[in-house]
Amino acid sequence: MGQFKDITENGIWKQNPGVVQLLGLCPTLAVTTTVVNGVSLGLATAVVMAAASGAVSPVRKFVPNEIRLPVFILVIAALVTVIDLLIHAYALPLHKVLGIFIPLIVVNCIVLGRVDAFAAKNPPAQAMWDGFIMGIGLTIVLALLGAMREVLGKGTLFSGLDLALGENFKHVVLTVIPDYQGFLLAALPPGAFLGLAFLIAAHNWAEQRKTNKKPTTPSPASESLKPAH
Amino acid sequence: MPETILKHTIKTAITLVAFAFAFTLLMTVVYQVTKAPIAESEAAARIALFQQVIPHDRYDNAVLTDTVDIAPSALLGNKKPTTANIARMSAEPVAVILEAIAHDGYSGDIKLLVAINSDGVISGVRVIKHTETPGLGDYIDIAKSQWIKLFDAESLTKTSSANWAVTKDGGTFDYMAGATITPRAVIKAVHKALQYFEANKTVLLKEAVKEDETANKVGENGAI
Repeated sequence: MGQFKDITENGIWKQNPGVVQLLGLCPTLAVTTTVVNGVSLGLATAVVMAAASGAVSPVRKFVPNEIRLPVFILVIAALVTVIDLLIHAYALPLHKVLGIFIPLIVVNCIVLGRVDAFAAKNPPAQAMWDGFIMGIGLTIVLALLGAMREVLGKGTLFSGLDLALGENFKHVVLTVIPDYQGFLLAALPPGAFLGLAFLIAAHNWAEQRKTNKKPTTPSPASESLKPAH
Repeated sequence: MPETILKHTIKTAITLVAFAFAFTLLMTVVYQVTKAPIAESEAAARIALFQQVIPHDRYDNAVLTDTVDIAPSALLGNKKPTTANIARMSAEPVAVILEAIAHDGYSGDIKLLVAINSDGVISGVRVIKHTETPGLGDYIDIAKSQWIKLFDAESLTKTSSANWAVTKDGGTFDYMAGATITPRAVIKAVHKALQYFEANKTVLLKEAVKEDETANKVGENGAI
């Protein structure tokens, strides 16, 4: 089980796709105007990643090396289409909000990146867990960034939750700063870049503190799991 | 040597085809399964949108399927043929729901839904799509402010042509500080939609009468 613990640690912290690998910046920067948007797209990405890794891993030995990338893209594109159709059918308002970004999960580098670097070399259970937890790592970053931009930009938290989960959740919307005029910079794309920069800085700062405290304890277990390049 | 290359090529091709087949099959199945729910939720969303410009209790027909074809028109701003929905109470036309597009907003097209009663008075206007600056020009959206309700009960007779402008330009419509280009575009688009209705009233209503019978037959299933 130690292996799963390492995968989890990698996905959430050490190799976090949002602030360490910096893969999948397109959705990270574009959709994170609110927490709900960020989390919704993050979870959709996590589901696609788990499904894609789960689909690729069992057949990894049958896919010749030359066509592995076309096959992976095919698998990912098909799964994203499936998710897109399902969201369209059962959560239309959410589909309207996320719009073009659901199909764009296909070109999110993190999905292909994990499938090629991890799922194509590991057994299905580990591969699925890796895909899922990487997606969750990304979701956490999207949620934090969405929260920062939403509070600064609109003075609210969880706005639009009723779109995702139904009218009953309308009262969950928090007005953090009443009568707020809005800080446009946070709501517009530059705010996403700045917010992400702060998150990366915070992550690096925390990492640095950790290594400064105990300089001579590299974790040997996670080394073995690092994707071969 | 060539034989192994050939063998490898065939194997590769077969693998690729097999994957393409399997995943296309998956997509086909999901598409078929979700087709009906998607159409249903789209229709429900459209009805909910119509509700904002004309209340349900004012009509009893299947407004979604009761349509009149509209050719590309400078007054409505549509470059492709589109349709208008007709709301009817016991087969009598009550209102026409038009889509108007303003091309002169601050950033990108502003898409409007305009419901005009048969006597030429506006029942309601809503912005259904826009990309105006958040916090400045987006007060035209009902989610942000009540501004768009200024148009309720407006008509060409109530407000003369010259007064279809923001107060700054000598018109009768208020606007909010910070953005005048956006409301100008919306006011112009609504004004032109009214002009379109006035110019094509007979056609719209005549066609509506002609479609009465078929529309009412369909109406039984689709009406809310």
